[in-house]
Amino acid sequence: MSNHSAPQLSQAELETLFKTHLKTGVGKGIKHESGDKHVSGEAQYIDDKLEFPNQLHVYVRTSDYAHAKVTNIDISECLTMPGVVKVVTAKDVPGDLDVGPVLKGDPLLVEELVEYYGQPIVAVAATSHEAALKAAKTIKIDYQPLAPILDVKEALEKEHFVQESHQLKLGDSATALAHAKHRFQGELHIGGQEHFYLETQIASVMPTEDGGMIVYSSTQNPTEVQKLVASVLGISMNKVLVDMRRMGGGFGGKETQAAPIACLCALVAHLTGRPTKMRLPRMEDMTITGKRHPFYARYDVGYDDDGRILALDMDLAGNCGYSPDLSGSIVDRAMFHADNAYFIEHATITGYRCKTNTASNTAYRGFGGPQGMVPTEDIMDAIARKLGKDPLDVRRLNYYGKEDRNITPYHQIVEHNILPEITDELLASSDYYERREAIKAFNATSPILKKGLALTPVKFGISFTNSFLNQAGALIHIYTDGTIHLNHGGTEMGQGLNTKVQQIVAEVFQVETDKIQITATNTEKVPNTSPTAASSGTDLNGKAAQNAALTIKQRLIDFLAGYYRVHPEEIEFRNGQVRVRETYLSFESLIEMAYVNQISLSSTGYYKTPKIYYDRDKARGRPFYYFAYGLACCEVLVDSFTGEYHFTRTDILHDVGATLNPAIDIGQIEGGFIQGMGWLTSEELVWNEQGRLMTSGPASYKIPAIADMPNDLRVALVESRKNPEDTVYHSKAVGEPPFMLGIAAWCAIKDAVASVGNYQYHPDIDAPATPERVLMGIEAIRKQMKNA
Amino acid sequence: MIQFLLNQELRQEDNLDPNTTVLSYLRNTLGKTGTKEGCASGDCGACSVVLAEVINGKLRYRSVNSCLTFVSALHGKQLITVEDLKHQQTLHSTQQAMADCHGSQCGFCTPGFVMSLFALQKNADSYDVAQTSEALAGNLCRCTGYRPIYDAAQQSCSNKPSDHFDAVEAQTIARLQAIAPQSGTQFAGKGHQAYLPTSTAELAELYLNHPDAHLLAGGTDLALEVTQFHRELGTLIYLGNVSDMQQIVETDSYIEIGSAAPLTDCYQVLAKHYPDFGELLHRFASLQIRNQGTLGGNIANASPIGDSPPLLIALDAHIQLRQGDKTRRIPLESYFLDYKKTAHQSSEFIEKIIIPKPNAAVFKAYKVSKRIDDDISAVCAAINIQVADGKVVDARLAFGGMAPTPKRASHCEQALVGQAWTQETIEQACSALVKDFTPLTDFRASKAYRQLVAQNLLRKYFVETTTASQDYLTTRVTAHV
Repeated sequence: MSNHSAPQLSQAELETLFKTHLKTGVGKGIKHESGDKHVSGEAQYIDDKLEFPNQLHVYVRTSDYAHAKVTNIDISECLTMPGVVKVVTAKDVPGDLDVGPVLKGDPLLVEELVEYYGQPIVAVAATSHEAALKAAKTIKIDYQPLAPILDVKEALEKEHFVQESHQLKLGDSATALAHAKHRFQGELHIGGQEHFYLETQIASVMPTEDGGMIVYSSTQNPTEVQKLVASVLGISMNKVLVDMRRMGGGFGGKETQAAPIACLCALVAHLTGRPTKMRLPRMEDMTITGKRHPFYARYDVGYDDDGRILALDMDLAGNCGYSPDLSGSIVDRAMFHADNAYFIEHATITGYRCKTNTASNTAYRGFGGPQGMVPTEDIMDAIARKLGKDPLDVRRLNYYGKEDRNITPYHQIVEHNILPEITDELLASSDYYERREAIKAFNATSPILKKGLALTPVKFGISFTNSFLNQAGALIHIYTDGTIHLNHGGTEMGQGLNTKVQQIVAEVFQVETDKIQITATNTEKVPNTSPTAASSGTDLNGKAAQNAALTIKQRLIDFLAGYYRVHPEEIEFRNGQVRVRETYLSFESLIEMAYVNQISLSSTGYYKTPKIYYDRDKARGRPFYYFAYGLACCEVLVDSFTGEYHFTRTDILHDVGATLNPAIDIGQIEGGFIQGMGWLTSEELVWNEQGRLMTSGPASYKIPAIADMPNDLRVALVESRKNPEDTVYHSKAVGEPPFMLGIAAWCAIKDAVASVGNYQYHPDIDAPATPERVLMGIEAIRKQMKNA
Repeated sequence: MIQFLLNQELRQEDNLDPNTTVLSYLRNTLGKTGTKEGCASGDCGACSVVLAEVINGKLRYRSVNSCLTFVSALHGKQLITVEDLKHQQTLHSTQQAMADCHGSQCGFCTPGFVMSLFALQKNADSYDVAQTSEALAGNLCRCTGYRPIYDAAQQSCSNKPSDHFDAVEAQTIARLQAIAPQSGTQFAGKGHQAYLPTSTAELAELYLNHPDAHLLAGGTDLALEVTQFHRELGTLIYLGNVSDMQQIVETDSYIEIGSAAPLTDCYQVLAKHYPDFGELLHRFASLQIRNQGTLGGNIANASPIGDSPPLLIALDAHIQLRQGDKTRRIPLESYFLDYKKTAHQSSEFIEKIIIPKPNAAVFKAYKVSKRIDDDISAVCAAINIQVADGKVVDARLAFGGMAPTPKRASHCEQALVGQAWTQETIEQACSALVKDFTPLTDFRASKAYRQLVAQNLLRKYFVETTTASQDYLTTRVTAHV
């Protein structure tokens, strides 16, 4: 119970320690809590867990059609294959077949109707992964093919939707457009994006003696896995435990789409009584699971002589794939971000959830926000070209105002807008206007290579737009040796959530993070968790953990005040020590005393976000607690003969409020920017005419590699501007907002292309701007010049 | 039986399935799970491990993708995995650098990066950005955006403390020499067998006796048959120990490259004589692949999008084919008959590639792909034109990605030869080029783009070779300008 080995320090020594600061508290750039284990290979992912002697492995046979009726499934040969233990079809599901996260529409296995190429139909469980795979190939499935809808525009025209449409309205855009001096219409296709988490979807389960399941799942959403495993098996949630130590990347791809894998495993385990694992090989992962929604956008915009937008009508059609999944909220968020950083006095934004025969598209970092912003940023560039202005000047002119011009199309007032000031800061630090001139001079004389430059802003709303999700829980135990055990409802996918929450609890108790052990997120420790998504992991779970810590700390203070007969104000925790008026004691001694004096050293903590609401019928409210801001300035070199490009320099200034951990925040910003850049440049998803994904592996789907990083990458955090709202230590969320900094890369490429036409023509380039689209954009401008 | 060092432990394997990849061997046979599977196709690098072997009396360390490496390749070498780097509870300096510099977020790609960094540290004299990019181009990270990983490379390579591998280098060399490959080596498991000859003669005889065997060179494509297409390779003949087929010899007029020489080994001589060949090799897959993959394999594979054949054809390279004791030499361009179909006969294999040294022609090569590094060409062009007195006297243009085989642009060549070296001639040659190819539209590029780019590359060649004071860097987008 007592720590006999602890050295006894004198009061003077304790006082000296007390007067120094924590090394690992809030604001310190400490390394990831698993960093040393990552680099040594000791960090365990689910596939690394020791297997049981009777372990089963599952492989699914998927559909060879995008739209068809299954008329017959012949598993007779499969059953005779070596190692095969169980072959499972939809009719073997004892509970609910549908695993739709919000709305129904996602059968775990096809019952009759196939709705996309790659949809799981039969699951084969065998004694090895290879045996299951080989056996699954022998299954014969007969289909009656049906005509698929693969194109989002076709779905939009046919009003083939997975969910009803929604509209935001500010002012009267129809009248304002009619009276605008300048007006044009445009359309844009925006590509989807494969998550390409390095660890593919995986789950491993173990049946329990209560007829339940212990589930190890690489998921951002343990509670939903728990709920769906229970419903598929037809058992209660209290029989299912979900454990999640770490994911090898998530990015939104494991918010809903980890669950079917866990459910299939649980189903097999339930039917066989054996521990079961299912890991998707990369190609299957890319084929079966949904991606970022491709969008089709069309707009009608009116503006004045200066380039100020007067009115905007925009239709945003999200390609949802075959089922709703989270598309309702994703298209909402696209609509909520169609304004990006700009005041639009008269705006009508309409969102459509188009149904196509492709995998069900899902959450992906930014959650529709990026797709909403891209068309608006394209409009800014187009206005600038038409008026012969610098695109940045048009952007700044349209920024939200501070006291006026500050209402969003959903009627939330933009408060604490720091974009105008931080734009000035980045302009200066990046030498924007000087480089603009230098680039024009370079382009005038360079025959093949052209440079482009763009500086674009991001304003991103923080909170789940589905307001009830904005809640979290945590659990803290302090053991009698003074060490702390911490759990919260968030999940670690690499973003450093556990490290930040550790730092928050360390700060409250004033002990170093090495005294705080975080273990796997576990539904038995913290129940009813929201997914770790919407950038809210730290905002919600950090606050919940802080509240748990404060509860215990208050008990300790109350105890000390009574024990030493002092006022609570005379008690102070700092750097592992506690001062009680003039007396010093170590945190460990305090805990030992508290235990002996029967003080509870364990507490839960809970948090819900204040202030937010959204009235869907009126399309008005305050869906976001606050906004995070950022800016990127990108310079690119484009080969005007091939369309290839490389980014030479990027300057980023990003707002994280008061940083909890600058190293982790910068890591999120850089990683987000590069991922956003990849989305808009080399990452192209291509389906064939049968609806089969042709870019189903890293050989054909190209995420940025190391040399794609800009040669000169300068990232800075906005300084001295803590979050005015009462967030955890006045920090801001950082997961998603930097993703949209990548839009600067896309705009820079178009700027280089525009140089071919002496900046008079706006390049018509869809996203992603692959070398092919870039070259074709250049050709189009060359043709326009010829015709002019 | 194959023998190798698993770090410092001597392993002898007699009944392993030769279709086993090193990744599967590590994770499933040995239960060493530090090495990760990210794609099982050699594109993400999460499975990177390092192979050490004795070259000229010293240890040479090279990173490879364990997912594409069959266990045959371990024979006579030392296999080092991420678990072997931490020593006596202390992280290796490359591991420490990755942790210190915040080089890991989700951590799943990290063991692979660490192994590539380890090999880089062993091979680098000091920190160099371009060398770092080259060493790490085959490792994908989806979280960090890579900047901290450059920092980790800088920390690892700027100040290289000697490590526990250096401390036992002499012993390791001696132990590896004691298990150096011998002729007659073979092993079998699960009904599959592998032969590991050490000389061309032994190989020729084995291949005569086993005409259905798969020749396994680097295996960077062949392994996909097992890992992606789930086929079984009954008999393998591994070429990695055939020492005479790894030789690279320069004569007065030719560069002769043994067909089993890894691409990494070909780099120096080709880059010296043909800088553009070097440039292309930098972008040829990834370092892990080039450490395994061979020039002979890239030819024998006969892919329409293999990167070396267009260059070799434009340079009028020949190949020496061997069947038993018989050898013959043919121009490389006549080797490719149709899609994946070649002129080689039963039990015949490519012994070496013979490349003429530079003459008065100007050779340039271009690779166009969605991503600069570690991507497959949409179009690969090699242009070798000789101009004398303002007129084209010889023109060899070969393209990849434009036809079912790597192919010369004969109409285009005819439009050039004998004509004045002018923009007008180039435009006529571009028009002729359209007649040479009917490219496909696929997920890499459309037919229209391929045709336009092929023409533009000829236009670019003209700009590059005629613009006064032309500067190489102002005409090409490369990662580190």
